[in-house]
Amino acid sequence: MPSLKDLKNRIESVKSTRKITKAMQMVAAAKLRRAQDAAEAARPYTERFNAVMAGLASGAAGSPAAPKLLSGTGSDQTHLLVVMTAERGLCGGFNSNIAKLARQTAQKLLAEGKTVKILTVGKKGRDAIKRDYGNHFVGHVDLTEVKRVGYANAQDIAKDVLGRFDAGEFDIATIFYARFENVVTQHPTAQQIIPAQFEETEGGESTLYDYEPSEDAILADLLPRGVATQIFAALLENAASEQGARQSAMDNATRNAGEMIDKLTIEFNRSRQAVITNELIEIISGAEAL
Amino acid sequence: MAVQFDLVSPERRLASVEATEVKIPGADGDMTAMEGHAPTITTLRPGVLSVVHSGGTDDYVVIGGFAEITASGVSVLAERALPKAEVTQEMFNGMVKEAKEAYATAQETFKNEPGPVDDAAKLMADMVAVGGHIGLTAAD
Repeated sequence: MPSLKDLKNRIESVKSTRKITKAMQMVAAAKLRRAQDAAEAARPYTERFNAVMAGLASGAAGSPAAPKLLSGTGSDQTHLLVVMTAERGLCGGFNSNIAKLARQTAQKLLAEGKTVKILTVGKKGRDAIKRDYGNHFVGHVDLTEVKRVGYANAQDIAKDVLGRFDAGEFDIATIFYARFENVVTQHPTAQQIIPAQFEETEGGESTLYDYEPSEDAILADLLPRGVATQIFAALLENAASEQGARQSAMDNATRNAGEMIDKLTIEFNRSRQAVITNELIEIISGAEAL
Repeated sequence: MAVQFDLVSPERRLASVEATEVKIPGADGDMTAMEGHAPTITTLRPGVLSVVHSGGTDDYVVIGGFAEITASGVSVLAERALPKAEVTQEMFNGMVKEAKEAYATAQETFKNEPGPVDDAAKLMADMVAVGGHIGLTAAD
């Protein structure tokens, strides 16, 4: 049985852990709100952009002159997996869920005899995949120094990916990130970005536009920007998911610490009482012996 | 007699107003969109976009992206957009420098293809011209 002093020390240490997790939870909650605002602010752009692109793409998809970013290279041999995770841990299953999905995909592709290349964004995902697929790594984007992800970060990643595509390093690119649903639920998601896929616009009643300079030129100009836009949207979703996951993980930790303190306090009181009872018995039996 | 004007960049919505006319720096030249304009999609060149509405005229510096014009609305999706007054000399220098670097890389990588080099040269010239419109000069 631990001594009273040991118990006291443990209670103190769990209390300070609870203080830390509580603080982290509150910080995550504040950051989550900011991340959600950022995701909200980016939505109009992404939506309009995708709507226009879908219209353009459906027109050009059939033609043999369609840009490679839309129609693909004609092969699906080499896959590039862009795994986007957080730079920091202590956020529940956030990083490991994304890494797990990426690992499963890589395993499936390799079983089919495809070549897999992996580009990681964020340190934690890299660490998680390194053991199994470290030899497939082709690059890493470090966002440790970035406080708030901006469009410029997405552009840099897109530039890297497009550069590799132009060099013929891969045929199909897929991004992995966690879609934010709410504080407790984030869905790890895989989304193909090259060749570009757009949801079919419903209704079919599309306006006939004049295109300036020309439909093809616009498409060629916008497709690379589309890659950046999708990466940016994924980065923002990721940022919100990370903070959401951290908030709920820290909330759980705080609650667990609280339970532990209660349990330890009961144990502490019981041992103290046992010590007192013991002393009393000793005194009484000593007095009776006289 | 008005069109719904929206200006959005990837990071935020800059403007959403009822405008009477919108002057857009299109890739093939400036165009002014008013109510009843034929539906058009045009890419943008770096330039100044002006919006005339009941409260006056607003100018924005836009770089990259496209504009979607319909009879009743104009939405501009710019990769980078800033109210004209917020553009500082420092930022402008940065933009010009970026364009110059892009031009230099294009010259190096596409030695025998005039297409991309010309595009980059035009981008750079457009960028420098923006300075003229907003009263800043490009540093060398």
